[in-house]
Amino acid sequence: MKQSVFEITENTALTKNVFRMRLSGDTSDITASGQFVNIKLDGFFLRRPISVCDSIEGELTLVYKVVGKGTEYMSKMLPGDKLDILTGLGNGYNLEKSGDSPLLVGGGVGVPPLFRLAKELVALGKEVTVILGFNTKDEVFYEDEFKALGAKVLVATVDGSYGTHGFVTDAMKGLSYTYFYSCGPEPMLKALYNASASDGEMSFEERMGCGFGACMGCSCKTVSGNKRICKEGPVLAKEDIIW
Amino acid sequence: MVDLKVNLAGIEIDNPIIPASGTFGYGYEFAELYDINMLGTFSFKGTTKDPRFGNPTPRIAECKEGMINAVGLQNPGVDKVISEELPKLKECFNKKVMANVSGFSVEDYAYTCGKLDKCDEIGWFEVNVSCPNVHGGGMSFGTSPEAAAEVTRAVKAVTTKPVFIKLSPNVTDIVSIAKACEEAGADGISLINTLLGMRINLNNRKPIIANKMGGFSGPAIFPVAVRMVYQVAHAVKIPVIGMGGVSSAEDVIELMLAGATAVEVGAANLTDPYVCKTIIEDLPKVMKKYGINSLSEIIGGVKD
Repeated sequence: MKQSVFEITENTALTKNVFRMRLSGDTSDITASGQFVNIKLDGFFLRRPISVCDSIEGELTLVYKVVGKGTEYMSKMLPGDKLDILTGLGNGYNLEKSGDSPLLVGGGVGVPPLFRLAKELVALGKEVTVILGFNTKDEVFYEDEFKALGAKVLVATVDGSYGTHGFVTDAMKGLSYTYFYSCGPEPMLKALYNASASDGEMSFEERMGCGFGACMGCSCKTVSGNKRICKEGPVLAKEDIIW
Repeated sequence: MVDLKVNLAGIEIDNPIIPASGTFGYGYEFAELYDINMLGTFSFKGTTKDPRFGNPTPRIAECKEGMINAVGLQNPGVDKVISEELPKLKECFNKKVMANVSGFSVEDYAYTCGKLDKCDEIGWFEVNVSCPNVHGGGMSFGTSPEAAAEVTRAVKAVTTKPVFIKLSPNVTDIVSIAKACEEAGADGISLINTLLGMRINLNNRKPIIANKMGGFSGPAIFPVAVRMVYQVAHAVKIPVIGMGGVSSAEDVIELMLAGATAVEVGAANLTDPYVCKTIIEDLPKVMKKYGINSLSEIIGGVKD
């Protein structure tokens, strides 16, 4: 974990309520895809945990959804504004388990952390398939960005306005894959847990106090004991999850 | 050269800054960030006889200038604290630590404290009779003078180290409870634990916290802490550890003027993991600003 100040270089709307923020700063503590950062905002007591969409040396990309007052405040920030951020939080996905043809499944604002992961897996020569699930066509983001990485991309919308009509689990039917990685709302993760034919990993969300393991605010029970979503998570292995 | 040292129930500490229980784990998460040996000491995660998972999530709700938590004393239980946490702690902290203990019966408190008393790493006990997040224990011992005194006597009977009793602000007369603990043999009083609070989500009209209510902490409660430390410190002869919403060197001096011998920092650790380091580094210049040469001289120094 590292605390440092980042400067916003871009903050643009991708959909009605999903924004992409690019920041320049020290990303050296971000060591795995699927980790998150915790952002201090003026006027808010707790930090905001946001998953890392992408990070390269000196540049951090966050894609976040406006869900409350904190993220609304973030969405109004401008290039040049500075943010106090804790980086390198959480465990992240385990690349070693991917096999040759991993499947990445993201739902809504669970899509962003899969981007850095897809980039890494493609770079390792894996045959990456990505399923992106949204409620409706207007909410779709990052389809082109995943394609540009060289991944095979399938989109599912619940109302059928774009791509496969239905849930990510409908788009999964008939696919063969060696392992899966996912992030999204809990009902989606649970459906995926039941529908998946392979082992895999899922990234979870919980209200956090500190984000770095001190307060025990985000604990959950797993097969291998109590875990803190912020520290031993947010990524849990399928075999570890108790529904 | 200013003097930050204070004497805490017979043990001199380098400065009065103590991260509060439940906001600092067993220390090692913070030891990755800075040398925690610069602290006066710290109060480790509330420990009980048996392992506890705590309450269901969500356990955290944000407030203006504060937060509510309903963790519910999650901890690995006293045996694992002794066999696993204390050895890890020893690798990053070479001072005496404060053992925070909770229980669900008088026997629980005595059992847990009795076991921990044998550990060299421990300098003091902080007996929590004020956790608002567990049923049938915790705060119920801290809301009556008789029950608080009974826990105090039971712990004192099985321990050799100084015992601080951590009191709840959720009472009508904290002074009578503090006095009962003093008469029962407590070596000090520690206050305030969190204020019982609640938030409701307007979208689904449900409490944000799964346990409905939780403990409210953060800068918003600081004035309540100053008032209660003042009341208790002027009513008892034993030392008082003050806490509640402390986040700056100025807050530390204010609580010490109110009567605190040492000061715990809680919620602030969760939003700024370096806050205790910053406070310790700021203290000399803030002391200079207010003409203070020695912190121990200002304890209870508020003027009428």
